[in-house]
Formats: sequence, structure tokens, C-alpha cells
Amino acid sequence: MQIDAKGLTYIYNPKSPFASTALSGVDLSIAEGEFFGIIGHTGSGKSTFVQHLNALLKASGGSLRIGEYDLTDKKCKFLELRSKVGMVFQYPEYQLFAETVEKDVAFGIKNFSKEKTEDEIREAVKEALETVGLDWNAVKDASPFELSGGQKRRVAIAGVIVTKPEILILDEPAAGLDPLGKKELMELLHSIHGGWCKTIIIVSHDMDEIAENCTRAAVFSGGRVVMEGKPSEIFLRADALLEMGLDIPVTAKCARILKQDGFSLDTDFTCDDFVAKVLSLCGKGGAEHAQ
Amino acid sequence: MEAVEFDNVKYSYREDGTSPAVNGVTLQIEAGQFVAILGRNGSGKSTLAKLINALLLPDSGQVRVFGMDTKDEKNTFTIRKSAGMVFQNPDNQTVASIVEDDVAFGPENIGLAREEIGKRIEFALEAVGMQEFRYSTPARLSGGQKQRIAIAGVLAISPQIMILDESTAMLDPQGRREVMEVIKRLNRERGMTIVLITHFMEEALQADRAIVMHRGEIVMDGTPHEIFARSRELETYSLTLPRAAYICKKLQEAGLEISDAFTAEELAEELCKSMRKG
Repeated sequence: MQIDAKGLTYIYNPKSPFASTALSGVDLSIAEGEFFGIIGHTGSGKSTFVQHLNALLKASGGSLRIGEYDLTDKKCKFLELRSKVGMVFQYPEYQLFAETVEKDVAFGIKNFSKEKTEDEIREAVKEALETVGLDWNAVKDASPFELSGGQKRRVAIAGVIVTKPEILILDEPAAGLDPLGKKELMELLHSIHGGWCKTIIIVSHDMDEIAENCTRAAVFSGGRVVMEGKPSEIFLRADALLEMGLDIPVTAKCARILKQDGFSLDTDFTCDDFVAKVLSLCGKGGAEHAQ
Repeated sequence: MEAVEFDNVKYSYREDGTSPAVNGVTLQIEAGQFVAILGRNGSGKSTLAKLINALLLPDSGQVRVFGMDTKDEKNTFTIRKSAGMVFQNPDNQTVASIVEDDVAFGPENIGLAREEIGKRIEFALEAVGMQEFRYSTPARLSGGQKQRIAIAGVLAISPQIMILDESTAMLDPQGRREVMEVIKRLNRERGMTIVLITHFMEEALQADRAIVMHRGEIVMDGTPHEIFARSRELETYSLTLPRAAYICKKLQEAGLEISDAFTAEELAEELCKSMRKG
């Protein structure tokens, strides 16, 4: 399913003294199959935008279509849409609530597919837990609160992917995890991307993460999309990003300084590519030594 | 003078004392030092932090803060005044609806006179660069601003040690920079002892000393540069290098002759040198 937002507007507390415009005309299309990154300063409107994608917020103006669903239409089948567009919030482990891991993960699918039998539900829960890399027998009867931080987050993600959403949106999925936990989480996302999960959208402050993982990205500022493109295109505009108070990947920081000194690196800002380009620019001396 | 001393400290969350979260830690932190504590989730970092200001008491061994034993109840109050703690989630650390009331909470609790409290608020808000928000509502501030208010709340008790338990984890890059600037300034200008628990290797680089914890034990201890030079060992504790150091290492492995670099700036400088030669 393709996502198309045109002139999307959202106002918090409309017609009140506290009215504030969070989105003022967002035009953004995300094609099926993308691993899309959403970047922006706190208050830029990025979270407001992603909450529209599974109709947690309804637009004040403009249009939003996801596949055949018109989200600005009151008659839109929202329940069906929400089972196809999964949303993992920031620190999702704070939303765990059931006595056992199995019950917690089953909650979503029970609500979305009322016709499913107990056995079918159990099967789906088992598969979801295995997908996120947890041992079914070891965790199914455990309390989610007894697990470690990284495991809790996996359970919370399992609770969303149990309905096998075609589009999976994750708000800061790696925040607060240790370096290895971050790496494992990104590997998990790549492992489901391209299967039943066709499109992944991540909101992230970690520009290295965006550079390494995303096919395309959009930069939000002041409730609008101000840049859109491949990470390699976006991070070329380092000065504009820094001016917005955003960060840039380490590779881009380095390339920027090198450019000021007259060395131009044509890199896509991933670590591997950066290393390869530096080596070739330094002459093949590097490659010879390696052999 | 040692600000914090651990003598073979053990602590377990279980009643029978099995699988200790902190397992035989001996450690000295000098007054005025800026120490970063690294380690996987569950390696015992937060437990260590809570043992410092007597939120937890050791099962065995001794923790002393400026020579005071944390186990002695007579010391608890003084220790908590000397060692303030800032936690991860800014929203869980605000108690009042106006910034100045929030900062006043600590000094009010230790029974300071009204005028003194006023001075402390002024001092603390100035130290974190939030004077203009004195009469604002914390709920309407950004994450970085809220965390600076939380730091101001701790400062108002004028502790000699500040412990930050992943206090930048929930912030955006700008908020993180703001908080790190404040911490560094307090350390540099006021000689405050800083214990910073973090998953961001780039933050650890800014400390005088880095300690790596693994399964409740201290497994590495040295300057950040020394620690990050031992990348193999770090890997065994599931930690990574700062990104720039990682790229630098890859280039060195491929045969590029450059010196160790830990930040993007240092790496760029090394590369410039190398390219000029080539």
C-alpha cells in the first residue's frame, strides 16, 4: 500500500486559546517497499504525522490515502486499516500490561480478528515472539515485567507485528537500548522487511541509523516536510540540517570538514561506503596493504 | 580526597543473595573527577549509582561518600545532600507546575530559610541556563529543558557529586548537547564530581575516566581513549566504539596509516594529513 499525504494539516485544541498548528500542509508520498526515515527536531510535527498514518489522529485538513483507504473519509474502515498499519510507540515497553507475555502479545490480534480460534491465536503469538527472537517456551508464561529492558521491547514489538501489518511504523525504536541491543533491533527490522511487512517507517534522532538503514527519508520542520530524498542526498545538505538544530552522521561531519580542505568525497554516508571512498581517494596504497 | 569509595561491595535484589547485580566492586572516585560508566543493559550500572547515595545499601562490603559509611543511618541525610541524582525520564522528575517551585522542592525539604531558597533557585537556574523559564510550566518545556530543570533541582541542594543515570537517553541531539554542556561546565567551573551512566560512547569521550561494567563487576577502568583503544575487549562486553573511532579502525585495518581518532573532527584531521601526503 502506498501512502499519499497532500496538504495534510493538523491543529491541536482547535477553536480554543490553546490552538496550535502541528502540521501545516504536509505533502509526502511513501511507496510500498520503502524503509523510510523520518527526521526532525522535537516539536517539528513528525510524531503528529505518523499518528495520522493509523488514524490515531484525524486530519484537520488536506487528504491522506493509504492504499485503498481514504483516512479523511468518516466511512473508512479504521479497524481494518489499523490491523494493516502497525504502530510501535516510543518506549513501547511502558505499555505492557498483561500477566503473561502470551496474553500481552495476544491482545492485539484478539481485538482485530474476533473470528480467530484460540489455537490460531496461539500460533500467531508464537510466530510473532519467534520473529522478534524470543524463545516461545521460555517466555510465554513469564510476566513481561520480569524480562530485561531489551526483551520487554521485543515483546512490545511482537504485540504489534502479531497481526502482520503491511506497514510498520516505529517511533524511536532503538532509543535507550545499549549499542548491541540497537544493532539487534535494526537487524530484526531488516529481517521482516520485504516479507509480509512491506514498508517500514522509523522516526529517529540517530542520523547514523538513518544513513545506514533507510532507502529514503523526510525532514520535518515547523509542521512541514522541508527535505525529502535518499539519505545520501539529504546529508549533502549538512549546513541546512545543522541550522535546524539537527545532527548529521559522523561520516557526513567528516566529509564536510574534508570538503572545506579541498577533498571531495562522493559517498552515500554509510560507514562501508565512506571507508571505501576514503581508501580510493588516498590512492590504492590502502588496498595493497590490506592484501 | 576520595568522593566515593567502594570496598568489595556486593548487592543482590534477591533475598537469598543469589545473582548479585553488583558483585564485589572496589572503586575510588576522586573529588572533581568526571567518570563515565558504560555497560550493557543489566550490567549493574544503575545499581552501582543507587548504592552511592544510599538508595540501596550493600549486602556486604562498604560504600563511603566523603568518608561517610552509607550503612550508618545517621549519615543518610548528609549523603543524599552531597550526592544528587538525575534519572532517565524527565517527566517522572517534575513535582510542581511552575519551574521555580519544582527547583525549590529540594531546598524546602532540607529546611532552608526562605531567602536562601530564593538564592538557590536563582543560582541553580542560572547554572543550567534556564533563568528565563523561572515562571514557566515544566509540562510545556522540551525534553532537554525539562532535564535541565531536573538538574537544577539537584543543584539547588548544592551537592558535591552529581550522578546522572542515562539522563540523556530520551532527549533529541540538541537536548543531549544542552545537558552535556551543563554537566561539563559544572565539572570544570565548580569542580563538581560527575558520575555519568550512558550508552552513548561519544558522551563517554568527554569524561576524564571511563569504567566498563559487566555482570556486576568492573572489567575495564581507564581514560576513555585507553578504553576505546582496546576495541576487541570492548566487543566481548557487547560494547561498541564511538562511530568515528570505528571508522578509523576500519581504515587502519585496510592499511591506511593514520593515528587513532575518536571524534569526527579528529578523524577528518587525520584524513587531511594523509591525503596531503598522498
